[in-house]
Amino acid sequence: MVKYIGFRLFQALLGLWFIATLVFILSRSIGDPAEVFTARNSGVDAREIMAAKLGLDRPLHEQYLKFIGQLVRLDLGDSVSNGIPVTQILVERMPATFTLGLIALLFALAFSLPLGVLGAVYRDTPVDWVAKVMAFLGQSMPPFWLGIMLIILFAVVWGLLPPAGKGEWHSYILPGFTLGWGVMAGMVRLVRSSMLDVLDSDYVAMARAKGLPEVVVIGKHALRNALLPVLTYSSLVLGAFMNGSVVVEQVFAWPGIGTSAVQSVVRRDFPVIQGVVIVFGSFFILINLLVDIMYAVIDPRIKYTQ
Amino acid sequence: MPARALEQMLRESKEDDILLRVEGLKTYFFQRSAVLKAVDGVSFSVAQGEAVGLVGESGSGKTMTCLSLMRLVPQPGARIVEGEIWFKGDNLLEMTEQEMRAYRGHRMAIVMQDPQTSLNPVYTVGEQVAEPVRLHLKERGQQAMARVLDSLRAVRIPRPELRLGQYPHQFSGGMRQRVVAAMGLTTQPELLIADEPTTSLDVTIQAQFLRLIRELQQDSGTSVIWVTHDLGIVAQMCDRVNVMYAGRIVESGRVRQIYKEPQHPYTRALLDSVPLMGTRREKLYQIEGQPPDLRSIPEGCPFWPRCPEAMDKCKEQYPPRTSLGGEDFVHCWLTEEGR
Repeated sequence: MVKYIGFRLFQALLGLWFIATLVFILSRSIGDPAEVFTARNSGVDAREIMAAKLGLDRPLHEQYLKFIGQLVRLDLGDSVSNGIPVTQILVERMPATFTLGLIALLFALAFSLPLGVLGAVYRDTPVDWVAKVMAFLGQSMPPFWLGIMLIILFAVVWGLLPPAGKGEWHSYILPGFTLGWGVMAGMVRLVRSSMLDVLDSDYVAMARAKGLPEVVVIGKHALRNALLPVLTYSSLVLGAFMNGSVVVEQVFAWPGIGTSAVQSVVRRDFPVIQGVVIVFGSFFILINLLVDIMYAVIDPRIKYTQ
Repeated sequence: MPARALEQMLRESKEDDILLRVEGLKTYFFQRSAVLKAVDGVSFSVAQGEAVGLVGESGSGKTMTCLSLMRLVPQPGARIVEGEIWFKGDNLLEMTEQEMRAYRGHRMAIVMQDPQTSLNPVYTVGEQVAEPVRLHLKERGQQAMARVLDSLRAVRIPRPELRLGQYPHQFSGGMRQRVVAAMGLTTQPELLIADEPTTSLDVTIQAQFLRLIRELQQDSGTSVIWVTHDLGIVAQMCDRVNVMYAGRIVESGRVRQIYKEPQHPYTRALLDSVPLMGTRREKLYQIEGQPPDLRSIPEGCPFWPRCPEAMDKCKEQYPPRTSLGGEDFVHCWLTEEGR
């Protein structure tokens, strides 16, 4: 187990290095930041002074080594637009994005697990139809539209919930729901089909033949097996929430990483862009690592071999 | 004592010996456009401690008969539409689901075809064998574990203390099937249904498993229903055999009698298609054609399109039950007409 985790950690670091390099190259190919930060009609000198200040006058390999060296020390440089260290910006904004993503996932799971299981157990009955309609609605409503509709209804028309911003607990409801809704749809389908597969299996028939009540047959023997694909999917979703939250955070003016990503791209604030992408990437890698370990815990057939 | 009273008494004493009596069982699949008659009026009985074979080709309704006995036909789709299943003095088909659950895994157990899939991959073997013990015998903790160990020992799993905590994927096919048998036998059921339990095992492992079950059966006096298409297993394991074709029992008799004098052409064909040691045959016999589509069973005897001795009558009317003495019977116009 330790060896397995060690190996996966090494793989994760390799992945991080790859992402960092890619980010370095990409952020330097979207245009010259020195140009953005100098007045349009200022001369060549001003641009060169700016480039020197940002370290962009150095040869690429030198810039790269400095970048990696700083990254190892968790120093992502300072924002070009306001001089605040990127690490500080990210640390301040990460909790908002993270909580929102988690709430959205919990919301999606809380709806999709019971709906999917009931849909499978009561296949082709009204319960199943409700699950199917929910899944259909979830997949056909884009989050930006759903978010705006919810704001209009709950904040503007009924005045029940705050329209935007992060405040007390009830300010999490609308963005969390919006972010989780689309994912919930996919998960209902996944849970349902995975459950149907398992319900057809011999060991479920065997559990019934032992005389176990149906609640135990489904809750103990079927569900645990049906959860494996759901777990993988949840992890991908959690990673994707970091991207999905770019849209939802914009709609709800949510002070998370997604909002800084959009702002930094608009301002060509390349140290912040680098930081955001690296955080997105590391988060994906970390989740994948955790899921692999959880998989091995749930399913004993997965061996800790390389 | 008048003869009639004596007869009555004899019948009753015999009735006491009967563990399971199935009468006119019909299990149908209801499909969108058709009704598939998987089991179409099956009657047979199993005495205490007796081993009864249920033989036939794939799709003849053997497995569906077994699942009907436990009232575990696939849902939704299949339904037991008619019949009686008497287990001792109780009709299983009149029980509530809750009463039925007290029978499953306690008084009747099943071993299924594929040991690779009949154990749950995410629970330890010990946990899976312990389930019926906790559920039906109400034993907990140490006591339950001791019984689980005994059961694993009884099916001769080496080092049961170690194996208890292992998962199914750590067992070989033969060992898994023993675990399934242990799971069924741990509550000392009166009836064990063995649904082709050796089909997916190697021949040597198969022989070991058969010997094991026969010994366990002799020790405990459990009745066994052997479902198989292998007449060799029937000869080795069973006292009686019921031959099934298209959802019906076409011939029933003592094993020795059936091997010696098969009456139904289908039984004869089955016997002829088994290779025999020490005999030289140019070509192994094979039954022409396919078993009928159970959604549209032909009029008359369902075997007539494949029967080498079919007569006009066979195409018109299903042959009645012809008694062959004792409980033996056959459904065939040849025997009926020949009398």
